[in-house]
Amino acid sequence: MTARTIQGEKNLQKINQAAKDGIGGSPLRPDGNLKVRGEFAYSSDLWHEDMLWGTALRSPHPRANILSVDITEALKVPGVYAVLTHEDIPGAKYYGLEIADQPALAIDRIRYHGEAIALVAADHPETARRAMKRIKVEYEVLTPIVTEEQCLHPETYGYVHEPHEYKSHAHGNICHEQRLVSGLGVTDEVRAMADVIVSGDYEVGMQDQAFLGPESGLAVPAEDGGVDLYIATQWLHVDRQQMAPVLGLPEEKVRLTLAGVGGAFGGREDLSMQIHACLLALHTGKPVKIVYSRDESFFGHVHRHPARMHYEHGATRDGKLVFSDCRIVLDGGAYASASPAVVGNAASLGNGPYVIPNVRMHALALYSNNPSCGAMRGFGAVQAAFGYESQMDKLAAELGMDPVELRQLNAVKQGDLMPTGQEIDAPAPVADLLQRAKDMPLPPPLDTEHPDLRQLPGALSNTSHGEGIVRGVGYSVGIKNVGFSEGFDDYSTARVRLEVIGGEPVAMVHTAMAEVGQGGVTVHAQIARTELGVEQVTIHPANTQVGSAGSTSASRQTYMTGGAVKLAAEAVRRELIDKGRRRYGWTHDDLTLAGGKVVSAAAGPLVSMVDLLGDEAIERTREHRHRPTRPFDKETGQGFGHVQYTFCANRAVVDVDVELGLVKVVELTAVQDVGKALNPLSVVGQIQGGCTQALGLAVMEEIVVRDGKVRNASFTDYLIPTILDTPPIPVEILELPDPNAPYGLRGVGEAPTVSATPSIVAAIRNATGLALNRIPVRPEHLTTEQPG
Amino acid sequence: MRVTFTANGKPVEADDVWEGESLLYVLRERVGLPGSKNACEQGECGSCTVYLDGVPVCACLVAAGQVQDREVLTVEGLAGENGELGLVQQAFVDAGAVQCGFCTPGLLVQTDALLERDPQPGDNDIREALSGNLCRCTGYEKIMDAVRLASVRKCAARGTGQGAGQGTGQGAGQGTGRNTGPGAGKGGAE
Repeated sequence: MTARTIQGEKNLQKINQAAKDGIGGSPLRPDGNLKVRGEFAYSSDLWHEDMLWGTALRSPHPRANILSVDITEALKVPGVYAVLTHEDIPGAKYYGLEIADQPALAIDRIRYHGEAIALVAADHPETARRAMKRIKVEYEVLTPIVTEEQCLHPETYGYVHEPHEYKSHAHGNICHEQRLVSGLGVTDEVRAMADVIVSGDYEVGMQDQAFLGPESGLAVPAEDGGVDLYIATQWLHVDRQQMAPVLGLPEEKVRLTLAGVGGAFGGREDLSMQIHACLLALHTGKPVKIVYSRDESFFGHVHRHPARMHYEHGATRDGKLVFSDCRIVLDGGAYASASPAVVGNAASLGNGPYVIPNVRMHALALYSNNPSCGAMRGFGAVQAAFGYESQMDKLAAELGMDPVELRQLNAVKQGDLMPTGQEIDAPAPVADLLQRAKDMPLPPPLDTEHPDLRQLPGALSNTSHGEGIVRGVGYSVGIKNVGFSEGFDDYSTARVRLEVIGGEPVAMVHTAMAEVGQGGVTVHAQIARTELGVEQVTIHPANTQVGSAGSTSASRQTYMTGGAVKLAAEAVRRELIDKGRRRYGWTHDDLTLAGGKVVSAAAGPLVSMVDLLGDEAIERTREHRHRPTRPFDKETGQGFGHVQYTFCANRAVVDVDVELGLVKVVELTAVQDVGKALNPLSVVGQIQGGCTQALGLAVMEEIVVRDGKVRNASFTDYLIPTILDTPPIPVEILELPDPNAPYGLRGVGEAPTVSATPSIVAAIRNATGLALNRIPVRPEHLTTEQPG
Repeated sequence: MRVTFTANGKPVEADDVWEGESLLYVLRERVGLPGSKNACEQGECGSCTVYLDGVPVCACLVAAGQVQDREVLTVEGLAGENGELGLVQQAFVDAGAVQCGFCTPGLLVQTDALLERDPQPGDNDIREALSGNLCRCTGYEKIMDAVRLASVRKCAARGTGQGAGQGTGQGAGQGTGRNTGPGAGKGGAE
């Protein structure tokens, strides 16, 4: 192994000069110095002597039969070492996160635009690309199944997977569905109880995670016939679990080490190039690196499900909700990915943080020939929030009520039941979050006399000098679950070791947690310092040599792997104190570790950890499980399905150029209960980042798909917010502890991404009077839509 | 072909360069400087921003042959002579402006260039100057904080006053990123 690969492994070993703080402080992130030096080894930076470059041939058609694949000409290109198709796969041909329905390389059929068909390994990336173009594929192109109507009538339009091939729990082109009924459901009698009924059809476009670090990694064949993969992912162990059967290897011969990860946001939950790089490495006997281009990245990972939703809400004249009736149709695309869990979230969270006595809900994900969709930050709760929050504004208008007051009147609080029947048994300060968002000072009005163009809609495009611009204000609140739900055995593992190094007690924390930028490594060190009373903490590289840490998703890592670090550190602490009792015969019952010493609360310091440990190292490994959940009943949706709920409220202020349909978000305020901020600087950073992705969904971001084909697979055409598009984001955090969670904390990362989008659309409606039932809101919606 | 140029003050030589290779590819894959990042490779994201003869450019848009006999400065060259972090680098770490860090190298070079030509930028100046550098993690607020902090420190080091923005909300739990300061004569629209 040569220089840079080793550097990748040592990324985290070199960075142990972190600050002294424990939990509640904001020590600087331990990888920060390497990152600003340009020395942090991301998965795309890895290099190995004699390494080859891999690439994949992808289908230009969304639906086709493959009649033949001829690799002869590709193999003749000088510098090419291998060209592989599904016939070269030694093990299982299919894999998947929840349902193994995706071929590692296409077999006879194409189900989405960009599906991988063949792999090439060559000594230069351009050689690989040129060889790829010489692979001859004969297609029988078929009409893609892309609309809800087409998907739901397979007898007319066909099946995405042949009926006998479906491995899903549902049937036909339905990948998964979840119904929910609570109270009396929605009947004529229930409708009659409402004085006012509002309804709407809402649509959400397909959003991309658009992490900046492209999918990439380096696979190195090992002498034992196995393979070592250095990879950017969100969950090392679940990658391995899916990879090993395809590679025809036992799991212990597939060893994964986390390389530097350039963002994730759900887009790295599924496999991308992992299997492909390993297949090429095992086949050629040489290290193989694959780095996606941005274009390939858009095809290489799943996206946020586009949604079509119908909502109907009934309320009394004084604004109390009576019922909600809802149908959410999610387009899951060609393969299942995380669709079943996304459906579960949409159904169980799709009525928002409101008390609604009678609910009927039907959520489903379809198979189609559109791009596969799965996990993205907010995970099924984002789409629904746009629906129910739009409805709240519509209802408030119908009742002549203040939209914030209407929400507060119906807001859930601790002790209330969700529509699933699950009691919210931790603080749920929804009304308070809204009030605080409302009470924040508003930004000054636009200076239309002497505006700075850079603050205007259209900015430096010189589209306005202040004329035609209308300001609007909107509010929203959202709910998200934390951790894996519906009975999933969700656990994290941590190994903590305490020993004396260089005359100082040093803790080492080893987990398989994927640090994707969120700052988990900072928090792990903080927890170890707090529990062990040491300053020096080293973070071991994340790999599969320790038990699973679960996924860096569902806002769960601080709760789950942080919780495991806490358990393991506590076990080390107990052992060290017991060692002292055995040696010194202490009888104190108030012993703890602080400042590098064993300390009695009453008697003060007893002995230094250095003296007590001597040459011995104390090491403990612990698994942390959150409280068990239960699956939702398939028909009624009832069940103790979620671990924890988290809430965020937003206020958006926008300026709209009503003549050109351009929007500038002026300010986006967020108020969130985080239970306990283990690292306040990182918590605020998560909330601001989450809000900005929500801004993108509100007014910019959509993968445009026409007849199953992706039309904008680049950062030229898929626009994410720049620093000019992004406003100041004032954040207020509340810390109301959850008694069920480690330190009382609440997962942070997703709630603002759920809640912020509707506030921006509400503000644009406030400015324009338009209905705006589809996101992202585009200029043409603002200039051609009739007032709603 | 062979390409020779100066990278971070040192002469470098790359052999067997294919004519289609970019400066970014040569830096990352041929001369051992992978700090400049490959997020889009079409000039949209700014992650590969480097100085070319003192001018910030997207290294992905520069053909390798174009740098013959020229001077390139990358993120790896921003640290001090003794290896200590440069002023802008330190500000990004201190302000919490680094999450995944993939955008960071480009932003550091772009910020360095901004503060070189305007040590006291107003908030709108900062946003304009950095509008070619995408970040997907931070929501840019901590990046604004970092640039203001770097400006303050740079001006303090030069003894030229207060720099861009005060009270930039470095503190834990604040971070509203509002430029409450007068922006030192610039950014009057604030």
